[in-house]
Amino acid sequence: MPVTDVTKDLDALTMTITAEFDADAEQVWEMWSDPRRLERWWGPPGYPATFVDHDLSPGARTAYFMTSPEGQKHHGWWRIEEVDPPRSLRFEDGFADDDGKPSDGMPTGIATVTITEADGATTMSIESRFASREGMEQTLEMGMEQGMIEALGQIDPLLAGERA
Amino acid sequence: MVVDRRKRPDREKAADLLFGALADPTRRDIFRRAHEGRLSVSALAREYPISLAAVQKHVDVLERAELVSKHRVGRESIVRAEADALKRAHAALDRLASEWRGRIERIDLILAEDKGDS
Repeated sequence: MPVTDVTKDLDALTMTITAEFDADAEQVWEMWSDPRRLERWWGPPGYPATFVDHDLSPGARTAYFMTSPEGQKHHGWWRIEEVDPPRSLRFEDGFADDDGKPSDGMPTGIATVTITEADGATTMSIESRFASREGMEQTLEMGMEQGMIEALGQIDPLLAGERA
Repeated sequence: MVVDRRKRPDREKAADLLFGALADPTRRDIFRRAHEGRLSVSALAREYPISLAAVQKHVDVLERAELVSKHRVGRESIVRAEADALKRAHAALDRLASEWRGRIERIDLILAEDKGDS
């Protein structure tokens, strides 16, 4: 397992995850800088991402959508805050509406990526935090909703089985 | 058991705040309600024959004793029992961790594939 450490700070609402890869810093950086590679890991399994706009320069916005197994598109964006290839990247990310425009009143998060190469291996640490406590609360509530939807999805086949 | 003397004044102070906060029947009632779910300061004020400012003061005393926490949601100030707030922060950060863990594992697979190709 590449993950070597996970730290949570309950006051600052930050989570820091550290991983070690058998690759050099450039190769790890390409996972972020090459949209075709990024698309292969950004979305959760079954939700591949498609990056429509991808520019990692400071102030630039990145636009993407993830496609659900049912074909539904979930749009998102990044706003690049700081970048220092291949060592670091900081961006804000959030949800967007169907036109790809950032949604108002939706929670955002801030991720800081740090990449360091030493002795042929590369360590990547990601500090991920909620932009605000309200955002965290919203995310949790949305997650609960998502959990409900998933639970209901599991009931459907059971009901179908009943009928069959 | 070894008592850490440096921590004693802090602990005494925390106990004073805690017992002081719970010495008042209105505050005990607010604390009880906060345990049952989230509520806004303005909704609370409608429950008692006292002013909004007085309710706010009670909430502040409970907050200093770390019994409740206050969050702003839009224009509302929401009060919640603190144990709950901590649990929620844990749950939210755990979700972030599992999301990133998944991503890191996928990155690792792609790196391994890239290596195999070269």
